[in-house]
Amino acid sequence: MKILVPVKRVIDYNVKVRVKSDNSDVDLSNVKMAMNPFCEIAVEEAVRLKEAGVASEIIAVSIGDKACQEQIRTALALGADRGIQIETESAPDALSAAKLLKAVVQAEQPQLVIMGKQSIDSDNNQTGQMLAALLDYPQATFASEVKVEGDKVQVTREIDGGLQTLELDLPAVITTDLRLNEPRYASLPNIMKAKRKPLDVKTPADLGVEVGNKVTLVAVNPPAERQAGIKVASVSELVDKLKNEAKVV
Amino acid sequence: MAILIIAEHDNQSLKGATLNAVTAATQIGGDVHILVAGAGCQAVADAASAVAGVSKVLLADNAAYEHQLAENVSLLVAELGTDYSHVIAPATTAGKNLMPRVAALLDVAQLSDVIRVDSEDTFARPIYAGNAIATVKSLDAIKVITIRGTGFDAAAAEGGSAVIEAVTAVHDAGISTFIGEEMAKSDRPELTAASVIVSGGRGMGNGENFALLESLADKLGAAVGASRAAVDAGFVPNDMQVGQTGKIVAPDLYIAVGISGAIQHLAGMKDSKVIVAINKDEEAPIFSVADYGLVADLFDAVPELDGKL
Repeated sequence: MKILVPVKRVIDYNVKVRVKSDNSDVDLSNVKMAMNPFCEIAVEEAVRLKEAGVASEIIAVSIGDKACQEQIRTALALGADRGIQIETESAPDALSAAKLLKAVVQAEQPQLVIMGKQSIDSDNNQTGQMLAALLDYPQATFASEVKVEGDKVQVTREIDGGLQTLELDLPAVITTDLRLNEPRYASLPNIMKAKRKPLDVKTPADLGVEVGNKVTLVAVNPPAERQAGIKVASVSELVDKLKNEAKVV
Repeated sequence: MAILIIAEHDNQSLKGATLNAVTAATQIGGDVHILVAGAGCQAVADAASAVAGVSKVLLADNAAYEHQLAENVSLLVAELGTDYSHVIAPATTAGKNLMPRVAALLDVAQLSDVIRVDSEDTFARPIYAGNAIATVKSLDAIKVITIRGTGFDAAAAEGGSAVIEAVTAVHDAGISTFIGEEMAKSDRPELTAASVIVSGGRGMGNGENFALLESLADKLGAAVGASRAAVDAGFVPNDMQVGQTGKIVAPDLYIAVGISGAIQHLAGMKDSKVIVAINKDEEAPIFSVADYGLVADLFDAVPELDGKL
């Protein structure tokens, strides 16, 4: 089967974001960018399914300006077979992203779409579910285990308070949670090989999708600063403060 | 203008997260209705009708909704949603699973994890793992929203007397099946719902030493968490991870033990009411966010703390 893996270029998770002084947005100039950590888990799962003989081809797709080709190349170095960049100037909202991905799914006809449960920049946790809805495909969000059996897939999901197992008809959309796997690192020879793998560039117009944004950003502010705390000298003092001052135990 | 809230429940009891969503809806203003979709869930509808501020409860009781599969429930909510200005659910795993599907069916954007209501169309939500707060305005006719529980107080569970109306629409997409469920049997509370959390980092040294924290957690009725460093080192499984790529928590008391306080970790816990740090390195960044810091070897301090509580 064919697997489609959408990946997103986001700020590296180690970088502390700064809010611009005019509060218009966060400042992303000259910060390190990387593949969204949940997308890495999605790529890894697709590669494992290929290694297990379940998948025959993995397509990595990313939406954004030319720089996101870097993340597609990373996915190719990790084991994806070919890439598609959907060229947009800025990051579209989740609904537009889902509509763009829907067009790619209809063209490529993958049996599975595996993607991250959320990106660590917008923290929306929406695109996978929206894609599934637009395609009328079943969805398994927050996956911690994926087993393909014939024309169905069994997915164990992380839910509040435990785990839930669902069986979905294929084709389906799966979004990854942390526990699904540990992504591998790309080796130098594979990074070199990835440079020669095919990478197509498409525009929203090619896909017949109009990218809009129905949510406007009014302001971005830093979160409230915490008041400076105190250092206590002993465990007894700590217990006393927690009991009598903070009253939390 | 009326607001529809999707109840969080397990077919037997109404979950507390629903009450926080009711408060958010009250702040937006308008009639507040609650949809209870499930099977054999009359008791949930009764509980929902008693919630203060709710004027109507819609009860969709059908086998197709038993496990609240997103494929089925989203069709129901999208059908009902066209009569409402706002459709709201708590930002629990159930709400996060369902609502984007509803939004896409209604062809509207969704606002996730809202923590503040500014007006009927303008809301605040954390982005970049809580390192920035975005104020966003929705231009859509129907606002689909999930509410972060820690952003709103719970509405009173008693005092209301809403009418209960049966919804007969049955939607069964027939493309997904519930196989089973394995709920954690631990006596300890679930990490994202706990009012006290004790977390360990690389300083714990190994997985066995987490027993020290478990003992302390049992005494406090707390959940046990971990930093990514502790997970990456293999001390504990990664579902215990608190932080940007793990769970975001905001308990009343967060005790960080042997955690340096890297920004990715702080992103997951800095909205906790009271933060305690125990670390032998007095330069550790965790002390910059801790209300109470103790510079000490955790292997001495934790057993002593355990003994004194």
